Amino acid sequence: MWNSFGFEFINFYFIPGLVLGCIYALGAIGITLTFSILRFANFAHGETMMTGAYLTWTVMAICSGVLGFAVHPLVAAVPATLLVVLLFLVTDRYFYKPFRQADTIKVVMASFGMMLIIRSAVQVIWGPNQLTFVPGIAKPNAYLKDWSGSIDFLLLIPNKHLFIFVGTIAFMMALSYLLNKTRIGKAMRAVSDSPDLAHVTGINVDQVIRATWIVGGACAMAAGVFLAMDIQMLETTMGFRMLLPMFAAAILGGIGKPYGAVLGGLVIGLAEELSAYPWIGDGPLLSPGYKTGVAFAIMVVMLIVRPQGLFKGRSF
Amino acid sequence: MDFGILLYVLSLLTVGGIYAIFALGLNVQWGFAGLFNVGIVGFAAVGAYTYALLTTAGSTYHLGGFGFPLPFGMLVAMITAAIVAGLIGLICIRLRSDYLAIATIGIAEIIKLIFKNETEITNGPRGINKIPRFWEHFSEERFYSSWPLSWFGTPEAWDAFFNSLPNWWWQPFFASTVLLIMYVIYRMLERARIAPWGRMMTAIRENEPAARASGKNVTARRIEAFVIGAAIMGLAGALFAQHLRLIEPTNTFDPAKVTFLVWVMLILGGSGNNRGAMLGAFLIWTIWSASELIITGAIDLLIDIFDGVDMGSLRTRAGFLRMMLIGLLLQVILQKFPRGILPEVRPASPKGIK
Repeated sequence: MWNSFGFEFINFYFIPGLVLGCIYALGAIGITLTFSILRFANFAHGETMMTGAYLTWTVMAICSGVLGFAVHPLVAAVPATLLVVLLFLVTDRYFYKPFRQADTIKVVMASFGMMLIIRSAVQVIWGPNQLTFVPGIAKPNAYLKDWSGSIDFLLLIPNKHLFIFVGTIAFMMALSYLLNKTRIGKAMRAVSDSPDLAHVTGINVDQVIRATWIVGGACAMAAGVFLAMDIQMLETTMGFRMLLPMFAAAILGGIGKPYGAVLGGLVIGLAEELSAYPWIGDGPLLSPGYKTGVAFAIMVVMLIVRPQGLFKGRSF
Repeated sequence: MDFGILLYVLSLLTVGGIYAIFALGLNVQWGFAGLFNVGIVGFAAVGAYTYALLTTAGSTYHLGGFGFPLPFGMLVAMITAAIVAGLIGLICIRLRSDYLAIATIGIAEIIKLIFKNETEITNGPRGINKIPRFWEHFSEERFYSSWPLSWFGTPEAWDAFFNSLPNWWWQPFFASTVLLIMYVIYRMLERARIAPWGRMMTAIRENEPAARASGKNVTARRIEAFVIGAAIMGLAGALFAQHLRLIEPTNTFDPAKVTFLVWVMLILGGSGNNRGAMLGAFLIWTIWSASELIITGAIDLLIDIFDGVDMGSLRTRAGFLRMMLIGLLLQVILQKFPRGILPEVRPASPKGIK
């Protein structure tokens, strides 16, 4: 069974798809939460992810340049997360809050403007060129390679991918605890289901909105850093590239359903990678240039067939 | 010096006029019908590529070019953009505004992806060049040696004639053509706005259930507005291609420089108001190009002052600073002047005027 077919499929299509899926899933959590609690599609989400990765890079550069020791991206991401959450809260206070009672479309427009503002700000500060995040070629994890090789099931997974898997699972567990066990998490779910009812029962909606930005910001931050770890470089367009698949994931899973967003993210990530697999004949089924199109096609089909998503989320 | 200013003003009018046509198209979609289209760049690209493939001289790099007459290319550009919009409209128009925004931004990206990947047809990222520009194209041999110019003189005579002209002779003509097209579209839209169709559009936008209850076919009307707006954007895209003469999928059709700028123009000028759309377009385009001069000047000054310090990176970043300032401008307008400079004026029903 484990012939060259399976080896190629698992290592070069399935695992990269899963990695991409984890990144989309973390990004889509933030989108689905803001969509259901603040009731608008946040176009600036991808750019915030990208800013998070740039801030992490800066922390790493300061550590190795000034303090003289190299830190792992995941360590550097901790102080950067605080900055990203702050960025989210400031954006909300000055650019989204004035429209809270107005038409939704005004906030969407404001977030569309924020997308450009944040991206341009990053381009002004860090410059438009690509930056190297982690130099060098990522070697497959030697232990896993030896172990799986000995049972004739060769797995080539670089350490960066293992970090991404473990990190995503940790984030999921923390999120599940937050939403199901803590007071603020339950309040968030209540506001998502019915804001008026939640307000009447005495839930502090402003506090819930702040919590939403913090949770969404932390997830976006993780997604941004994981993405930068995966592709090993930073580009100012990487946030925008992620935006559409993340929306697709959020819609696929059902708006307001964080687990749905995770499932949606994994499905979209796998679909994008597997679409390039030579299912029929020798060439890729779909030219890799059209990967983004896969996410989009899934989203459009979903909007037509089942707008409430797989997990029966809110449909507007 | 004065002469240089004249040419600068002409180019401002040309590009401002093209953006004004974009803004008029968006006004039909957003101002009239309330459709949140953030895929303007997609329709612009469809128009531009259709025009380019149809009118360029034969080339081995891309499909065609077919060398058709220029007005025909522009007409087909409009029709193609309208067909694409019609297909999108059938699928997406029922969606709530947020979803429509996501869908249109996605479609614009897909359209660009297709133009980038189908290298056989579009020459991919290297793009299409030598796109004929209205008026200037007469000085190309393939145009002056064929009709209608060949009716009036021999190719040699035309060659000598065009050589005797200064190299900017076409600029005033091209600018006036753009402005004329803009004016014609403006008059047509103004007529549509006052007509029952326009009033019905406002009704659908403001109170959809009521419009539906009084028997209006809301979905069909929305698709109509979407298609008309997209056709105008396709035409503007064809003019954009003429102005640039070289188009490629990534940098030419940057969502920030097309979709976003057009949105700022319409919101600043006043959505729902055709004159506002045009005013906003010229205003923002003037600010945009003037700020380029100012920022470049400031950087040159800085380089002079800090002689020896490497300031090269500043130059490449200046454009992004402008984008950021325009973005902030949008936020200020949205919060402080949501109705724009020229607010929408609702036409009174003819029976209502006593």
